[in-house]
Amino acid sequence: MSDPILKAADAAAVSGPVDLLAKFDPIIQTREQLLAAGVEDPFNLVMEQVLSPTRAICNGRDTILLGTYNYMGMTFDPDVIAAGKQAMEEFGAGTTGSRVLNGTFRDHRDVEAALREFYAMDHAMVFSTGYQANLGIISTLAGKGDYIILDIDSHASIYDGCAMGRAEVVPFKHNDIEALEKRLKRIPEGAGKLVVLEGVYSMMGDVAPLKEMVRIAKAHAAMVLVDEAHSMGFIGEHGRGVAEDQGVIDDVDFIIGTFSKSVGTVGGFCVSNHPKFEVLRLVCRPYVFTAALPPAVMASSATSIRKLMHNGNKRAHLWENSRTLHQGLRDLGFKLGTEEPQSAIIAVIMPDLEKGAMMWEALLKEGLYVNLARPPATPAGMTLLRCSLCAEHSAEQVQTILGMFERAGKAIGII
Amino acid sequence: MTPAEVDERIRTLIEPFNKKGIAIEDSTTFAGDLEFDSLTVMDFVAAIEDEFDIIISMNQQAEIETYGQLVSAVHKLQDS
Repeated sequence: MSDPILKAADAAAVSGPVDLLAKFDPIIQTREQLLAAGVEDPFNLVMEQVLSPTRAICNGRDTILLGTYNYMGMTFDPDVIAAGKQAMEEFGAGTTGSRVLNGTFRDHRDVEAALREFYAMDHAMVFSTGYQANLGIISTLAGKGDYIILDIDSHASIYDGCAMGRAEVVPFKHNDIEALEKRLKRIPEGAGKLVVLEGVYSMMGDVAPLKEMVRIAKAHAAMVLVDEAHSMGFIGEHGRGVAEDQGVIDDVDFIIGTFSKSVGTVGGFCVSNHPKFEVLRLVCRPYVFTAALPPAVMASSATSIRKLMHNGNKRAHLWENSRTLHQGLRDLGFKLGTEEPQSAIIAVIMPDLEKGAMMWEALLKEGLYVNLARPPATPAGMTLLRCSLCAEHSAEQVQTILGMFERAGKAIGII
Repeated sequence: MTPAEVDERIRTLIEPFNKKGIAIEDSTTFAGDLEFDSLTVMDFVAAIEDEFDIIISMNQQAEIETYGQLVSAVHKLQDS
């Protein structure tokens, strides 16, 4: 008689382990269907050459870039490149260590100084990515027993920060002031409360009513964190974002931002006036347990941030581009995410994923790159072609882009 | 409020969301039987929160799969 335990082990060996990737079969299927229709893979684009902030060779074609969040076109700024080159030569290619051990170089300190100057705040902490900035700050601020009240359309990094910190998560309807207030009222007295908002929501490019929301949060004794990833450098008097523009920046406890958009490099940050802010460097795991960014990235970022403080003409041109494209797409008959341009993001709403993918491909063949955004990243299960403008797009390029949209939209039958 | 009263109120609230007119039992699931997507869940949860003046956090929502579980969770929440 054989041992029953051995027998069970034998059976497992024959059938193999439970495939942990089987749960992704529906995604594999959707993707295969899409590609079987002959569509170029929207999630596998390669830029073989990058010619400028607005032009690249993509999948072999000369392409205008209209979906890179490179709002201020700093990626090819000569001063930004020179600073990075010099730092790389002087300090080497990488840090090979955590900020709290051997990974803080001169330029890490300098970029934090540049952020304090830019935002006129007392403290700045730089993370390796914007994702980690939200993950780290939110999970460290709000732990078990605390409450996070957030807009339902918040970015994935915000939700992941909530999950990591194990706080009670209370979402409210997108940009709904009354829904926020109702929820704040119902939270048990004395509980820790963090209200998490974004200045610009990246899917539709719409702006939050921060003036009212921050006031309400404060009235209910909550701390406030605002993610200003999509507003830095061109919204608000000093480019500090939507909170500055709406006059409530002094009541915001923490601002989260990123270097991978307007600054044109990579990295994330949090700035604050909280007197105990510096302790976060010791207790924030996504800050401690990862290598610090390379010195070249820090030197480039510091130079870029300081240049963004004096950029009136670029700002004006970016807004001009956003208005022209928004009006032009509307006139062509496209359905857009916002009634008027509120940011440098313009979302073109597609009837469904299939049409969206076809339109995306048609634009790519015209020589235009935009983001194809689809559920679950998008609100309300929408498929969007998300366009983000750059201060370096010329007025002629914007007209060219409109022509491309017109031809592709007619070919696909959307307009 | 007794569990029966909570049940009665939620039954009324769920009507506009129950587009296919599925018969609701304690074992009816929101994702499976009622085919609620994330947006419907948000609106439905908000309607319940407003009716009972409670908060059902996402953490609590994750534990609720069936109608019966919802009724007992709301009963507990409005009691506390």
